[in-house]
Amino acid sequence: MARLTLREAITEALREEMRRDENVFIMGEEVGAWGGTYAVTKGFLEEFGENRVRDTPISEMAIAGAATGAAMAGTRPIAEFMTINFAFVAFDAIVNHAAKVSYMFNGQFDCPIVFRAPGGGGKQLGATHSHTPDVIFAHFPGLKVVCPATPYDAKGLLKSAIRDNGPVLFIEPVALYTSPKVRDEVPEEEFTVPLGVSDVKREGSDVTIITYGEGLHVSLDAAKALAKEGIEAEIIDLRSLQPLDMGPVIESFKKTFKAVVVEFGHQTYGIGAEIAARLQDEAFDYIDAPIKRVAQYDVPAPYSGELERAALPNADRVIAAVKEIL
Amino acid sequence: MDKETLLDWYHQMVLIRRFEERSDELYQLEGKIKGFLHLYIGQEAVAVGTIAARKKGDHIITAYRDHGHALAVGIPASQVMAELMGKATGAVGGRGGSMHLASKERTFWGGYGIVGAHISLGTGMALAEKYKGTDNVCLCYFGDGATNIGYFHESLNMAAVWDLPIVFICENNKYGMGTSIEKASAAHKMIDKAKAYKIPGKQVDGMDIFAVYEATEKAIDACRKGKGPQFLEMMTYRYEGHSIGDRTRYRPEGELDKWRDEKDPIATLQNHLLQEHKVKEADLVAIDKKVIKEVDEAVEFSDDSPLPALDTLFDHIYPSNAEAN
Repeated sequence: MARLTLREAITEALREEMRRDENVFIMGEEVGAWGGTYAVTKGFLEEFGENRVRDTPISEMAIAGAATGAAMAGTRPIAEFMTINFAFVAFDAIVNHAAKVSYMFNGQFDCPIVFRAPGGGGKQLGATHSHTPDVIFAHFPGLKVVCPATPYDAKGLLKSAIRDNGPVLFIEPVALYTSPKVRDEVPEEEFTVPLGVSDVKREGSDVTIITYGEGLHVSLDAAKALAKEGIEAEIIDLRSLQPLDMGPVIESFKKTFKAVVVEFGHQTYGIGAEIAARLQDEAFDYIDAPIKRVAQYDVPAPYSGELERAALPNADRVIAAVKEIL
Repeated sequence: MDKETLLDWYHQMVLIRRFEERSDELYQLEGKIKGFLHLYIGQEAVAVGTIAARKKGDHIITAYRDHGHALAVGIPASQVMAELMGKATGAVGGRGGSMHLASKERTFWGGYGIVGAHISLGTGMALAEKYKGTDNVCLCYFGDGATNIGYFHESLNMAAVWDLPIVFICENNKYGMGTSIEKASAAHKMIDKAKAYKIPGKQVDGMDIFAVYEATEKAIDACRKGKGPQFLEMMTYRYEGHSIGDRTRYRPEGELDKWRDEKDPIATLQNHLLQEHKVKEADLVAIDKKVIKEVDEAVEFSDDSPLPALDTLFDHIYPSNAEAN
């Protein structure tokens, strides 16, 4: 066992999969000589060479589109967006092509791509570089959308994503990359974490908190504080937004009768809305209180640090939401 | 070029034309085809002449005007027609329709409806071949209108930077939907756009199948020798509207007649066969009749075919992971 940061876990998964399967290669802006703008692929060019670690022009449409074509034609590309904000430029290639070729051509074509995209705000990068647009991508059938919150999950989910025969958007919360708090034991022996399976990260009986990514750590902090007051929160980490595994959510809700959804994307039309709708559909008789949402306020991210933080979820907001319904 | 090959080309071109004429009727008169329908009439020499120059393993990818390419790669007319009619026996099981014909075994990756997007997919297919170290190439088709979208420029640049084995084939039929090149493109010659990316380009008479074949053979050869992407601008003309319901009011009077009367690709090949190869007129008539029968049978097959079963609605959203390693 080694104690890894989230970023180190991602790097390990990439390196191990590239060593395991010569059809796997990486393409993206600054992934080679620079070593990745977040240093995820540092040393890869030296180990795997230019054919397998491809610096691309600043051409997101072509990066995503060419990765799609290369995947259909028998390789397993990992296409990196420098940040998920730049994936907007490639939206058509991702949701209208990579996510469609299996269905539209009647299952004739595989499309094994991982689109890696660092995402999230809180880094004072301004309105255009701070999005958490995960839910938008999860709207479309045909694209799997995954976002890990722990180093263990990051490594296991990324390996599964690389081995999947279809397109997967793998969202990496930048705020967690090197966070010492997130550092965790990761086994050195081979393991994977299946896509589309939610996970109970903390057990409790008073309220169910449904979250993923950065939201997990805010929720864990909140749960710790609540426990001091005798309130035990159960925390479900969705891990995959598409396909969405509601099993553990429903199971927990039937025990607690109360739920708070915590997400770093904007509240309107967010994951919270989807989870609330499904809970009232599938567990209506168990609803004891309004299902609360803690999300990024509906405002473009401002630059100034304190102002930006004021728009994002935090433990205090989660605690307040829980107390409102207890 | 031997006579048998030329007769085969003639057969393919006549098949495409009759197939398209029949599709038009099935759409407009019989209501059996719905949605979009983009006819290839007038441009037959491009699909047939270019695809004749490819070898097994070379990739074909094109835009939404794809019936000609689908027939030229050898998808049976019955399967193409069944797809237009949304039947389970269609080339893609009724899931894609007119714009999305494809055949994996023929490395024909489709028909794509979003202008320019598939140029990046084709670039990726060439990348996959270069990555694997094969000598396969990709033939990537698009219209003149697609040269104005970002995908085109990003893909040409990427293909040139990486020396990818791809032949960009611009089917210049003078109009992007109803807007002429002069109104839509600052550069009036599409090869000038390729030149900006240092990609060798050539304008070719796209109504002359011999010119088309010869230019494609040379371009493919250059790709196989590692000389990077090539660009062919096929000067051609679409006789029908952009899609069903387009009355082509944007065309100057007499323009269509001039192309059809003076440049028709089928008539050109016909004349060549009669004069240079001393083919008897009766032999060509026999091919024409055979094609009519082939198209009739394709319609009959499609009429008799079942619709896709409703319980297959959710099949293939994701590729199967049965063989994932």
